Amino acid sequence: MNGARVGFALPVPGMMHAAWRYRGFIASSIRNEYRSRFVRSRLGAIWMILHPLANAAIFALILSEVMTAKLPGMLANPFAYPIYLLSGTLAWSLFAEVVTRCLTIFIDNGNLLKKMAFPRICLPLIVAGSALLNNVMLFGAILVVFGLLGFLPGIAAAWIPVIMLIPLALGFGIGLLLGVFNVFVRDIGQAVTVILQLAFWFTPIVYLPQIVPASYSWVIEYNPMATVVQAYQGVILYNEQPHWDSLAIVGGAAALMLVASLFLFRRASVDLVDAL
Amino acid sequence: MSGTQVLTLRNVGKSYRTYASTWWRATGWITGRPTHFADNWVLRNISLDVGAGDAVGIVGRNGAGKSTLLKLIAGALTPTEGDLAVRGRVSALLELGMGFNPEFTGRENSEHVCGLLGFPRALIDRLLPSIEEFADVGAYFDQPMRTYSSGMYVRVAFAVATAMRPDILIVDEALSVGDVAFQRKSFRRIENFLAEGTTLLFVSHGLETVRAVCQRAIWLEGGRVTMTGTAKQVTEAYERATYGPAGIGAAARAPTGHGTLDPALRSSREEQQYGDRKAEIANPEIRNSMGEIVNSIPMGEDFTLSYDVIFFEECGGVHFGMMIKTTEGITVYGTHTEKSALKSEFAAGQRVRTSFALKNNLGPGYYFVNCGVSRRNKDGLSFMHRRVDVAMLHVRDAEGRDVVAGLSHLRASPSVTVLRT
Repeated sequence: MNGARVGFALPVPGMMHAAWRYRGFIASSIRNEYRSRFVRSRLGAIWMILHPLANAAIFALILSEVMTAKLPGMLANPFAYPIYLLSGTLAWSLFAEVVTRCLTIFIDNGNLLKKMAFPRICLPLIVAGSALLNNVMLFGAILVVFGLLGFLPGIAAAWIPVIMLIPLALGFGIGLLLGVFNVFVRDIGQAVTVILQLAFWFTPIVYLPQIVPASYSWVIEYNPMATVVQAYQGVILYNEQPHWDSLAIVGGAAALMLVASLFLFRRASVDLVDAL
Repeated sequence: MSGTQVLTLRNVGKSYRTYASTWWRATGWITGRPTHFADNWVLRNISLDVGAGDAVGIVGRNGAGKSTLLKLIAGALTPTEGDLAVRGRVSALLELGMGFNPEFTGRENSEHVCGLLGFPRALIDRLLPSIEEFADVGAYFDQPMRTYSSGMYVRVAFAVATAMRPDILIVDEALSVGDVAFQRKSFRRIENFLAEGTTLLFVSHGLETVRAVCQRAIWLEGGRVTMTGTAKQVTEAYERATYGPAGIGAAARAPTGHGTLDPALRSSREEQQYGDRKAEIANPEIRNSMGEIVNSIPMGEDFTLSYDVIFFEECGGVHFGMMIKTTEGITVYGTHTEKSALKSEFAAGQRVRTSFALKNNLGPGYYFVNCGVSRRNKDGLSFMHRRVDVAMLHVRDAEGRDVVAGLSHLRASPSVTVLRT
């Protein structure tokens, strides 16, 4: 391998250092992304929030009657199910957005990667940053919806900004890995869309984990996003402290995944640019 | 070579590897030792030393590896083997307008792309006024770039890319865009950079430009260095190899006489023909002032271009034309006989000879000649036969006489008068 030129073969801390030097570029890229959404469409970035909200509204409309009765201890709250649904949606949309956008980030910026020398890690960081910002805005919108429903989340909901880091890291790790492979095997892009759909239904967002037959309960038990989604639902709907033990395991796994992805990304970045 | 080394390449090679499968590729990433791949070398054994302030031209055919070499030096690609050391900041004009979003204003895009170049915020704020000034697009600087003409787009892009004087500037034909006035302006900026100690790496098919700008040149062929030397030596050798495989050198370099016929200097493989073929052009030739058939003449030697035309049907409104172009396709001169009082009605089967006696005001270089015969009737103007690049003409530098740069030889009569003693 050749010497330490910007953007290549840097060790992971070096990669972070380079990204820090380019923080201005990362920030302006995120800002531009929002601006470009507003340039030609009236509602602009608001669509990014309306989309998950509309999805949740559809499920709520159809399933509210059936599901509310099943939510333990929530018979008194007629809006328990929409709240449950929105909590899960908030967690899932962050994860799904990071994964889907990391997936094509290198392909979409092929020309830039081939002709400019800049730290390659900037590109997925821009995705992560803008997805995080979207999610914060979605959180704000959900709080407004809660207000309209006359529901005030308890103090435990203040843990959300902390728990948020887990789906972010998990999505970043998985998305980066898939994004790298997608350059070489383009089928991955198609497959992941389908797999994400499946994963959504393997996560108790729309339904309650209790309704899953015992023989399939392992699906939820070993699904890291199920743990995350349940933590969101717990702190928002039930105002209960997060289960740190299970979250720590998922968080640790997400961190490991992230480090492994960064390591592989660093090794792959030369090949990546050559193949684009 | 002057002063310190800013760029050193030792046996640099670039291979685009194809793997037996993506699994083997990924295994290589994990172990750090790639296996099961096939090398596909696009550059090999490139060694180069460039000092601060040098201007080095890179010539070669398409696919010779010129762009790859520049991308390696720019840091966009990584060498597969060898050592590449760069001292200082590299700025690459490989493609103007990278990172621009047409929805945003010139100012917003300038800020953004300065960030992409790695400039810190404070520096960007300092550079923006000078970018705006150099781009000189007026109020458009605060309009979305989608409303720009392509020329304005290039102005902003160039202003951003050269906002800071780099230690090494890489230019890949980027200057051939934009309007003429801005080309001059951008060229001046590059010349100023050079004067201040920037090193220039310049790829161009315009060999005259390489000779004018660079002291040294390298010639790449099939991913390897064929020749390095002074810009003059290398570009001339490259010209000979490109336009005539069997050394024009010896024959064409005769310092006296009225020119020679160099069999190596032919353009038949470049020639294109079209037209309705109601008439046909044959026997095109160039003769010098002595009436000898030539294709390599000294500067200032007048010549005559002539060709036969055979008419296959009765034609009226006929006129004959010729044109001289540079190897880059720039028209130097063209004329036709439509407005003249020459014969323009011909019978079927008639054969005529057309001649254009020309005053040779061409600058030294290689030129291509076109011939055409067309007619104007009620349907308008149409070519009966046109032969593009039918012949090549080499105008040689008449050594020891006038010093001429450029496409034309305006035959200056210089004088020096002492005004004060």
